[in-house]
Amino acid sequence: MTIRAQIGMVLNLDKCIGCHTCSITCKNVWTSRSGVEYAWFNNVETKPGLGYPRNWEDQSEWKGGWERTKSGKLKPKAGGKASLLAQIFANPNLPEIDDYYEPFTYEYDHLKTAKESRTVPTARMKSAITGKTKEAPVWGVNWEEILGGEFEKRSADYNFGEMEKQIYGEFENTFMMYLPRLCEHCLNPACVASCPSGAIYKREEDGVVLIDQDKCRGWRMCVSGCPYKKIYFNWQSGKSEKCTLCYPRLEAGEPTVCSETCVGRIRYLGVLLYDADKIKEAASVPDEEDLYQAQCDLFLDPNDPEVLARAREDGVPEAWLEAAQRSPVYKMAMEWKIAFPLHPEYRTLPMVWYVPPLSPIQSAHETGMLGSDGMLPDVKSLRIPVKYLANLLTAGDEAPIVSALERMMGMRSFMRAKTVEGFTDERLLQRLGMSTDEMADMYQMMAIANYEDRFVIPTNHREYAGDGPFDHEIAFETKAECGFSFGNGCHGGEAPKANLFGSQTHANTMNGNPRGGQTAGDGWGKKGGPR
Amino acid sequence: MSEFLNTFFFGIFPYIALASLFLGSLLRYDRDPYSWKADSSQLMSRKGLRLGSNLFHVGIILLFFGHLVGLLTPHAVYEPFITAGQKQLLAMTAGGIFGAMAFVGMVILIWRRTTNDRVRATTKFMDMFILLLLFVQLILGLLTIPESAKSTNGESMIALAEWAQHIVTFRGGAADFVAHEPMIFKLHIILGLTIFLIFPFTRLVHMFSAPIKYILRPGYQIVRKRG
Repeated sequence: MTIRAQIGMVLNLDKCIGCHTCSITCKNVWTSRSGVEYAWFNNVETKPGLGYPRNWEDQSEWKGGWERTKSGKLKPKAGGKASLLAQIFANPNLPEIDDYYEPFTYEYDHLKTAKESRTVPTARMKSAITGKTKEAPVWGVNWEEILGGEFEKRSADYNFGEMEKQIYGEFENTFMMYLPRLCEHCLNPACVASCPSGAIYKREEDGVVLIDQDKCRGWRMCVSGCPYKKIYFNWQSGKSEKCTLCYPRLEAGEPTVCSETCVGRIRYLGVLLYDADKIKEAASVPDEEDLYQAQCDLFLDPNDPEVLARAREDGVPEAWLEAAQRSPVYKMAMEWKIAFPLHPEYRTLPMVWYVPPLSPIQSAHETGMLGSDGMLPDVKSLRIPVKYLANLLTAGDEAPIVSALERMMGMRSFMRAKTVEGFTDERLLQRLGMSTDEMADMYQMMAIANYEDRFVIPTNHREYAGDGPFDHEIAFETKAECGFSFGNGCHGGEAPKANLFGSQTHANTMNGNPRGGQTAGDGWGKKGGPR
Repeated sequence: MSEFLNTFFFGIFPYIALASLFLGSLLRYDRDPYSWKADSSQLMSRKGLRLGSNLFHVGIILLFFGHLVGLLTPHAVYEPFITAGQKQLLAMTAGGIFGAMAFVGMVILIWRRTTNDRVRATTKFMDMFILLLLFVQLILGLLTIPESAKSTNGESMIALAEWAQHIVTFRGGAADFVAHEPMIFKLHIILGLTIFLIFPFTRLVHMFSAPIKYILRPGYQIVRKRG
């Protein structure tokens, strides 16, 4: 047994209102640069729908994630090492920019400079890549916002697998939910496995998966290897980029930007202890429906003295053990069993978990046509089909989803009885298999969701990352160092104009001056795409 | 070609070119690792890439190693197994086949780079320059085949190999070996050395990073310890 700690995240979909604040704040911090205009380290999708990039969930198309061979071994779905190398000259599984969307800006400048005319001047849409005029976008990061588009197209959603989906196209039966997505910082990451350069790695101390920008050679196997399509190829720098789980913030004990700014308070961050020696075994259980349980079995009880002793031996700092004991993620995923991994069938053991959303009870129930056992309405009468959620979160196994939904409905019912009628519904607790304390705890965590309950993040003490506790060399070395830069030293944006090796300049292509029409000094130089 | 030019291009220029190739690449790798990459444009358009890029890469890699082994293997080493004339025929055949592959691949790649809006917009000057340079070099290389066919006794081939072997072993008088060879061979060599010369300033540096080590990686995962 080797115990490692990982920062995990839970998103309570029951409270997500699809406001995209997480996406916008993330974009402003991380991807407001040329080359990654199209990339959203965090995005929110409306489900059911194909998502971004188009149809990303369907691995029969993109070959992301892992597959279990007949002999019980795991290998990347796109092929083993030799076969991946054979695909290096032209990656057959790489999405094209149109599968995301062609980045664009508007010719805002024209509004200021247009000559007097009979009609109001317009800011036309221009491609950020070619600078050419585009009539309209055809796909985007949340193209199917609030069920936009025909059901016919949206129904190709992978999560409708094994379902009679036609009835959900009817107005009376339609349903929707939001799905915010970011890098899963998996325990068994397929991107790391498929990177030929060895540039992608998982950090031992907190599990964050990062791309070493100086080591990345742009072979782009990680883009197709990640089943969540959360690695993006920067078309200008020629390197892959991904969500960093805002590690500079985490190291200082602060939540990620997406979590911090979530207005619905749906995001939780906390430490999980797991047995690193069992990862392979857990990821290769034969039946996909067992993967959720296999992953749960990896996590260790932070209150077990034996686990704590072993963790200390393996070098997990004391502050991390304390954080693990108060971890909201452990409580939701392991104690209450209301949070689930996204698509465990990809066998990556993802570490961003989701609380399935409740939904309105179908009208059929109100007229007494559907069952209820007197305490709780039958979850089958909820508008969002349980099977759909199970396909999303448990590889199709409905039982854990039903139990989670019941606990969440039960919590409402219990607290209503307690606060309105002043009565403790013991029978309901028994039915849910929870104690009064657990219920109070869950209510506090889920409904009140205070900042300090949602984010229990131990600091990383990187200043002590040397050999001994008082080895401050690293702190001295990194003193006054640049933070996030692009191989151009401490220059913020533009690299020097003349560069022998053709290093990247980072021009802002989203500033309303489309390519080809820029003023001098915006990084593109005189040569640009045709206007 | 005057003696001065001959000495310069085949006695001195090779060292300038090789120095640039190795020192320049070393400098770039050390000083500007962020710029070290394959610079794929597949995200912009995948059309034509599968056929074009595969044909080009496979063809050119085999051509490269063919040249490397063919030029640098001393005559005495292969003599017991194969005559110089046979080796020349082998080189012409293999070079012809791989050259044709690379040619078809390059035509597709050049067509793609010049006609696709997005690929063209993201093409840097050096990308196009090196692509065309390689194309010219490939055509020159293919043109050496009919020239070579005029005399299949292997003499020319041995002269060129002697030149290359003298260069890499720092022996004097290398330029004399090629002084009387046909112009097409000379042009092919000069352009080849020019490609070495500008190598560190182009995307060609990704060759040095061919990820062979990946095959040897124990397991699939990489976990970095802090510190």
